[in-house]
Amino acid sequence: MSSSDAEPVLSLSDVEVHFESRSGLLDFGDETQTVRAVDGVSFDLEERDVLSLVGESGSGKTTLGKTSIGLQRPTGGSVKYRGHDIWDVRDGNSDADITWDEIRQSLQIIHQDPGSSLNPNRRLVSILSEPLQLTGADLSRGERRERIYGLLEHVGMTPASDFADRYPHELSGGEKQRVALCRALLMNPDVILADEAISALDVSLRVEMMDLMLDLQDEFDTSYVFISHDLSNARYFTQHGDGKIGVMYLGELAEIGPAEDMVNDPHHPYTNVLRWATPDLSLREAGEPPMRKIDIPDPVNPPSGCRFHTRCPEAREACRQESPPDYHHDGQRVACFREDDDHAYWDSPELTD
Amino acid sequence: MAIERTQQRDAIGASDPVIRMNDASVTYDEGESYVLDGVSLEVERGEILGIVGESGSGKSMLASAMLDAVPNPGLLSGEITYRPSDGDETDILELSQSELREMRWEDISMVFQGAMSSFNPTMKIRGHFAETLDAHDADRTAGMERARELLSDLYLDPDRVLDSYPHELSGGMTQRALIALSLVLDPDLLVMDEPTAALDLLMQRSILQLLGGLREKYDLTMVFITHDLPLVAALADRLAVMYAFKLVEIADTREMIENGGHPYTRALLNSTPNLDAPLEEMRPIDGKSPAPINLPSGCAYHPRCPLATEQCREEVPGYHEGVGGAWRGVFPPRRGDQRNSAELRRLAR
Repeated sequence: MSSSDAEPVLSLSDVEVHFESRSGLLDFGDETQTVRAVDGVSFDLEERDVLSLVGESGSGKTTLGKTSIGLQRPTGGSVKYRGHDIWDVRDGNSDADITWDEIRQSLQIIHQDPGSSLNPNRRLVSILSEPLQLTGADLSRGERRERIYGLLEHVGMTPASDFADRYPHELSGGEKQRVALCRALLMNPDVILADEAISALDVSLRVEMMDLMLDLQDEFDTSYVFISHDLSNARYFTQHGDGKIGVMYLGELAEIGPAEDMVNDPHHPYTNVLRWATPDLSLREAGEPPMRKIDIPDPVNPPSGCRFHTRCPEAREACRQESPPDYHHDGQRVACFREDDDHAYWDSPELTD
Repeated sequence: MAIERTQQRDAIGASDPVIRMNDASVTYDEGESYVLDGVSLEVERGEILGIVGESGSGKSMLASAMLDAVPNPGLLSGEITYRPSDGDETDILELSQSELREMRWEDISMVFQGAMSSFNPTMKIRGHFAETLDAHDADRTAGMERARELLSDLYLDPDRVLDSYPHELSGGMTQRALIALSLVLDPDLLVMDEPTAALDLLMQRSILQLLGGLREKYDLTMVFITHDLPLVAALADRLAVMYAFKLVEIADTREMIENGGHPYTRALLNSTPNLDAPLEEMRPIDGKSPAPINLPSGCAYHPRCPLATEQCREEVPGYHEGVGGAWRGVFPPRRGDQRNSAELRRLAR
């Protein structure tokens, strides 16, 4: 699926994104707190690859997603597009023969809310003409229309001539999202960030949208970073696209690996908890949550050592003191001491509270 | 287009119903279009009933009908009877505004999607409880005690939550606080419309599990409305499926999942990604749900149904019975049962 000699399309190395926030409306600059939204994450994205980022709210998955496509500047680490550090290019410090504009065009986004991502004052044909004008394609007005109609029909919006003249409010949620997808694809991007792009759609429409995104992947030669809080959607999308699932917790990657392995053979206890939480039709008893606490800790004050230790059913004293490195297990990367048979973890007392 | 009403509209009976709904309909435009079409069902005391359907299927309207809270200018017709655990049966549609106000929250309580907007942002959580208790002339002290216990049951720190403003709590905490608030007057029935929709998976699942615990502890009956079938399947005793404003199937959860009779139910089950099914089995449903003004003739599902026949295009189907439930269909039911009974079927619990 990808040639190993080529540079990955995107390469993130030890990326950190820390936000400073001031507490309270009326406190004048005394206490600033740092939210460590992303705290040292690395991954590569190849040509026509698929990576799903899964996690709860506050896990940092959206911030990481936006950082990977250049919408958010990291406070540490690097983001490379085909081997070039994108912020060096932005700052004019790079000798790459690519411009910031070209990089930004190559990295597109589809947002969660289809309703607010389309300009309500413009017809679809106008919304979709814009990317074609921006990519500098020398197309006549007629040729542009033809391309737009072709793409609309391709995504199932027929007759295209009818749809093209509509305004966004005349479309259903699913249709709006398909238009957002068309708009992104017309920029001919290398990477599309789908930020909870199917979460606002009815459950029965999600498979359709995911199938569409995957169909178009080959035609447009695009990779996806797919953000979702739902593991079964991530598994569907990633498995069909032959990619990886990365599980995020409080700014770190707990585990990352091929979709089927992550779902059938999770190694990190947090991945296991996500599996428990994912609805399926097996009608097993809900049982006690396999976590010691329901609520996620405050990202301003993440727990010491392994961040999951306050909720992990397998946590021990060692987990509180040290932060686990990445262990490799077959195709998976797991940040948990349980992967290491010789670690002091096994001798340290269990945490119970 | 006038909609054919069938003669046979069987209610799926319960042995001790808390709510009995007979031929409930909501129309706008004086009967020209229906947003709830002749729904009959009974909610068994102590059960958790899941009502499942896509957006625009009428499921939220069904919930509003149970509390006679259909927005104007909608007209609600039919019979909706509430049977309290102590006391006489009440015809909900006959109640006066003040009687309705009393019934809502004290007997039947409702939780909506998006807890944040149900709370007054300028008032602490404690204030919301106090206000609710006062509005129903309930004992403040006993009520606040009950509030603290409910908050605890929902894994919230009562002191911390009561002294917070809504925006100081996370989405999951706000939703749980709202559930506690809806139970503070000890209602018989709790109706929830997409109560977990905007929340994380872990929180959704945890809340489901907490709801199961609340049902046991407080002897509640619950109606849980959602478009997410796999989510509610883990909690509900029975499931009811809505399509195009009609109830198309109702059955025990296990029966529905293993042997769902209606083609739409089967399509719904196949269209939602879940971890256990092989990927090849997952398929989206072709077509769109109809709008109220544009309902297809006969069975509203026929344009999308792979099994549609001429009869489906012409006739609105009645109910067939199955082992654990019933569904609407024209062709013979799956297990060779040819009867199409007009009797009320009592489902043993």
